Amino acid sequence: MKFSESWLRDFVSPTLTGEDLSHLLTMAGLEVEEEQTVAPPFDSVVVARVLEVKKHENADRLNVCQVDIGDGNPRQIVCGAPNVAPGLKVPCALPGAQLPGGLTIREAAVRGVKSAGMLCSARELGISEEASGLMLLPEPLPLGENLRHALDLDDCLRTLKLTPNRADCLSLTGIAREVGALTGAAVQYPEVSPVAVTSSEKREIVLDAPQACPLYTGRVISGVDAKAPTPEWMRRRLERCGVRSISALVDITNYVMLKFGQPLHAFDNARLQGALHVRMGLPDEKLLLLNEQTVAIDPDVLVIADEQKPLALAGIMGGEESGITLETSELFLESAFFSPAAVAGRARRYDFVSDASHRFERGVDFAGAERALEGATALILEICGGNAGPVSIAQAELPTRSPVRLRAARAARVLGTALAGEEIATLFTRLALPFVREGKDADFIVTPPSWRFDLEREEDLIEELARLHGYENIPVRPPRAALSMMPQPEAERPLHHLRQRLVNAGYQEVVNFAFVEAAWEADFAANAAPLKLANPIAAQMSVMRSTLIGGLVANLATNLKRQQSRVRLFETGRCFLRKNPSGSVAETGDAFSRIEQPWSLAGIAYGDAFPEQWGHGARRVDFFDVKGDLESLCAPFVLQSEETRHAALHPGRAASLNLHGRWIGVLGELHPKWVQKYELPAPPVLFELDLSALMRGSVPVHSEISRFPLVIRDLAFEVDHDIEWQDLLGALEKGSPPWVREIRLFDLYTGEGIAKGKKSLAIRIVMQDTQRTLQDAEVADLINNLVRCLETGFGVRLRA
Amino acid sequence: MQTLDQIVAAAHAAFATAIDADALEQAKARYLGKSGLITEQLKTLGALPPEEKKQRGAEVNQAKTTIETALASRRDELKRAALAARLAEEALDVTLPGRGQTPGGLHPVTRTLERIEELFRSIGFAVADGPEIETDFYNFTALNTPENHPARSMHDTFYLADDSGQPLEDILLRTHTSPIQARYMEAHVAATRHLPTMPEIRVIAPGRVYRVDSDATHSPMFHQVEGLWVGEEVSFADLKGVIADFLRRFFESEDLKVRFRPSFFPFTEPSAEIDVAFMHGALTGRWLEIAGCGMVHPNVLAHVGIDPERYTGFAFGMGPDRLTMLRYGINDLRLFFDGDLRFLRQFS
Repeated sequence: MKFSESWLRDFVSPTLTGEDLSHLLTMAGLEVEEEQTVAPPFDSVVVARVLEVKKHENADRLNVCQVDIGDGNPRQIVCGAPNVAPGLKVPCALPGAQLPGGLTIREAAVRGVKSAGMLCSARELGISEEASGLMLLPEPLPLGENLRHALDLDDCLRTLKLTPNRADCLSLTGIAREVGALTGAAVQYPEVSPVAVTSSEKREIVLDAPQACPLYTGRVISGVDAKAPTPEWMRRRLERCGVRSISALVDITNYVMLKFGQPLHAFDNARLQGALHVRMGLPDEKLLLLNEQTVAIDPDVLVIADEQKPLALAGIMGGEESGITLETSELFLESAFFSPAAVAGRARRYDFVSDASHRFERGVDFAGAERALEGATALILEICGGNAGPVSIAQAELPTRSPVRLRAARAARVLGTALAGEEIATLFTRLALPFVREGKDADFIVTPPSWRFDLEREEDLIEELARLHGYENIPVRPPRAALSMMPQPEAERPLHHLRQRLVNAGYQEVVNFAFVEAAWEADFAANAAPLKLANPIAAQMSVMRSTLIGGLVANLATNLKRQQSRVRLFETGRCFLRKNPSGSVAETGDAFSRIEQPWSLAGIAYGDAFPEQWGHGARRVDFFDVKGDLESLCAPFVLQSEETRHAALHPGRAASLNLHGRWIGVLGELHPKWVQKYELPAPPVLFELDLSALMRGSVPVHSEISRFPLVIRDLAFEVDHDIEWQDLLGALEKGSPPWVREIRLFDLYTGEGIAKGKKSLAIRIVMQDTQRTLQDAEVADLINNLVRCLETGFGVRLRA
Repeated sequence: MQTLDQIVAAAHAAFATAIDADALEQAKARYLGKSGLITEQLKTLGALPPEEKKQRGAEVNQAKTTIETALASRRDELKRAALAARLAEEALDVTLPGRGQTPGGLHPVTRTLERIEELFRSIGFAVADGPEIETDFYNFTALNTPENHPARSMHDTFYLADDSGQPLEDILLRTHTSPIQARYMEAHVAATRHLPTMPEIRVIAPGRVYRVDSDATHSPMFHQVEGLWVGEEVSFADLKGVIADFLRRFFESEDLKVRFRPSFFPFTEPSAEIDVAFMHGALTGRWLEIAGCGMVHPNVLAHVGIDPERYTGFAFGMGPDRLTMLRYGINDLRLFFDGDLRFLRQFS
C-alpha cells in the first residue's frame, strides 16, 4: 500500500517528523518498505510564464525568451526546449538554483546572448523521466511561487508492507485511524452526506448467494460525461499512491477505494439486462475480463450477472463487455460487501490479483459500503455531471462481531509482563475497540468493529495490546528451565563427524538443488519415472532427484570450466523416490506415504590423487584411492564390496558396498558414455551411500591383549585375473581358527613373469593366540590347509 | 736412539696428523703395537739392573699412559668430527612444503548450521529433522493456515505432479521448516501422554525449504532453522531473551542491537519480525531482517493435543543463508548453490 503523507495529514496530523512517522508505523507492524519524496532536493525553482519567444541569432535550436516570474521584471532566458511557446506556464530555475544531479544555475551568456536562468523539463527536476520538452504547469499556479510548494514536491511517499491480517490499513482513512491510535492524535474522518437524488432510474438487485454477498448497494447515474478530464488534484493523489490515471470515472472509483478502502465497480448501465443477480458461477460459464483474459467460471466463484449472463467476477474484476468506456453516458455504480471466504484464492487461481480481490479476501469494512457509494456519486456529479438515481440496497445477514474476552492475567502470562487494568483500558480506547468489564477479575469484553477481521480470540487482543504497548517495552528475560541432560547415543556416528572425515580426506562440501533435469535421473539412476513438480521454475529443475550424482557431475563440469583441475566434492542431502517404482504416485489412498526421502551422502573425485607436490610423481585418482577414503570413513567398521552394475558407473569398475552385512551404497568410475555426454576430459570416481546406514556404529568392547608371540607367514600365488579378492579372502577366513588375527593383501602384480590372464597376489597372515604360544607344526598345518583350499577352490598356483 | 720425551712428542704429532680412524690406528701401532717404540722400550727393561729397572720402568709406563691418553682424546676428536660431517650431510631444507592430502572444507551454510546447533544445544535444545516433500496438512493446515487463507499467498509453493503432470494438491515441497513443529509436538505428546505434566519441548530443526522464487536475493531452494519451546511458563519475554542471546553469541558481538517488531504469521500470535543492527563494519546502523517469531498460536497447540490454557510456547524461524552472508560478508545468495570451489574453499 503506497500513500502520500500530505493526503494522510488531511485526516490526522501528529507532530512527528517524517522519520519518526516511518519508525512509528514500522514498529507497530505496518512496515515501511520504501519511502521517498516526490522530487529529489532542489531549490530556487519558481512558477513562470513565457511571454515572448524569438530565434537565437547564432544557434538554430535555441530560442531567446522573455519570462515573467511575477515580480514585474520580465527576464531574458535562452531555452533549447522544442515545445517552448508564448503563454506557457513552466518551471524556471533562477540563478543560484541547485538542481538534482549537481547542476548549479548561473547568469551567463549563451552563444553571446545573456540568459538569467533556465526553463526546466520534468526530468531536469527529477520529477519524472519526461525529457521531451518543458514541464507544463497547471494554469491556476501563481507566478513566482516556489515550485516545491506549488506542487507539494516535499510530500513523502511511503509503501507499507502490510501483513494479511491488517486489511483495515489498505486505505488512507484506515492508516489515519492507526496513526491516531498510535499517537493519540485526533482523526478527522471525511464527512459524506447523501447526494440529492434527481433521477428515478434504478435497478433491482437480487442476492442469490447471501452468505457470499450479504450486502450489495448500487445506483444508476445517468447523463454523465465520461470524457470529462480528471482534475489535477485527483490525478496527482492517484499517481502518488501508485495508481495510473485512466479516465475520470475509473479514477473516481480508484480514488474512493484509496480513501475509504471500499472497492467499487462501475457498469455501463446500457449494457445490463434486467435485475442484477449476485450468484455463484454456473457450469460452462465463461467471461472475458477487463484484463482481456477469458476465464471459465467455477461453481465456487461468485459473479455479478444480469438476467442473461455473467457480467463480472464479484470482488475480483469486471467484465470487458459490461464495463464503462469513454462513450458511456449512464452507469451503474456498485459498492458491495463480498465475504472474504467467497473471494479468497479465486483470483490467484486465475493467475492474477486485483486491488479489489486483494482487499475483499482480507476483509472490507461492511459498514462503509454506502458511504463509499455516496462519496463516489458526489465526485462523479461534480466532475462528470449527470443525475443520480436512488440507492438500491440488498442486504442479508452481515458478519457478526462476537465479543472477545481478555483476561489481564492471561495477557501477562503470554507476554511475560503485566499490564495494569487502566493501561489496558487506555490502549483499547485508543484502538477504538469498545469494551465492558466483567467478573471478579474485571475481564475485558471487547466487541471488535466492522473494519477489523483479525480480532476473534483472546490472543488477537493480546497482540493488539502488545503492539500498542510497544514490543520494545516487553522485557528481555534470560530463559529459565529445569535442567536435564540430553541423550547422546554413543553407537550413533553423528553426521558432523562423518562430514569431517571426508573433509580431512580432501573433499569439499557442496549444496545442490533437490530438483534436477529429468535426463540426470535417467542417466545416473535409470529412473524413467522420477517424482515430478507440477510448477517447476525451469525445465532443467522439473523432477526431484533420487540420486545426488547428477549435481556432483554438473559441479565437476563447471569447476573444470573454471580451470580447477583437481576436484573432490561431497554432498549430504535427501533423495526422493517412489517406494514402488512401477506404481503411480497418485494411485489410491495416501500418496504421501508412498514417497521415500532417505538421506544420502555422495562424493566425486577427479584429477590428481594428491595435490601437486614435490617428492612423488603425479598420478590420477583411481577407484582404489576413493575406496580407501570410504574405508577410512567407515573405520573401524569394515567395508565389504562386490562387483555390481549401476546406471551411472563403468560396468567393470563399479562396486556395491556393504557395512555390518547390509547394503550401504555404490562406488565406481563414471560410465564412459556419460563421460562423453557430459563433456568431461577423463572419468571421475563417484560414490553414493545411504547416510542412515553409515551413521550406525557400536560401542567398543574390550578384548584381552595377548602376551604370546605373533607368528607371521607370507604367501605369494598366481591366480586367474577375474578371481575376486573378496572371494579369496572369504575362503581364507572361513578356513581360519580364531587365532588368525589378520589376513592382509600386500602386493598385487601383473606383467613380466606372470602369464597373461593371471595375476600374482601376496598376502600376509598374522597369527596369535591369547592363551598360549602357537606351535610351528600347527601353523604349518594351517598354512597347508589354506593353500590347499585356495588351490582346489580357485585354482591358484603357489609361487613362494 | 730417541729419548722417551722425544717418543711422546713424536706420538702426539703423529696422532694429531692422523686424519681418520685408520691412520690413527696405524700411528697407534707405531708406538703401542707389538713392535711399537714403547713396547720396544718395555722389552729393554729386563736387561737393566733392579734399581735402574724400577725407575726406568716407571718412566716408560708414564710415557705409555701419556700416549694412550693422547690416543683416546684424538679418537674422540675424530668421532666427533665424523658425526658432525654426517649431520651436515643429512641436513634438510626444512622450509620445503610438507607432503600429503590437503583437507577440503564444509559448506559455509553447514558451518553456520553447526554453530547454531551448538549454541542451542548449550541451553538444552534438541535437534530434529523432517521430510522435505510434505503434505499440505503439515505445511499449512496444522499450522493454522486453512485453504484459501491469504497467508498462503505469502508462500509460492512447489506442488508435486501426478503422472499426467497435474498438480497433486496435497503433496508439496515444504515452504518452511515449521511443519516439523507440528510433527515434533505430536510425537512428543504421544511419548509423554502417561506423565502428569508434559516435559518441556525445546527443539530446533534445520533444513532445506523451497519456494517458487528465483532472483539475486531469492533462491528456489534455501535453508531455514525452526525453533520451538513449549512449557508451562514460556512467554514473549523469554522469546526475546533467547533470540537476543543467540544473535549476540552467533555474531560474537555484545553491542549488537536486536529489535522485535509486530508482524503476522498464521501459526504464531503475537508475531514478530526480528531485526539486527551491527555497531561495526560495512553494515553499521542498518536494520536487517533476520527471522520471524512469535508465541505459538493456541490453534496449533490444540491441533496436536496440547492444552493451550495450560501450556504456552514460542517458535521462531530464521534464515541461516542470510546469517552466513552477514557473518562472512557474502553478497550473493546464489554462490551457495553454485558449487564453485574458488568460493567454497574460502570457508574451509
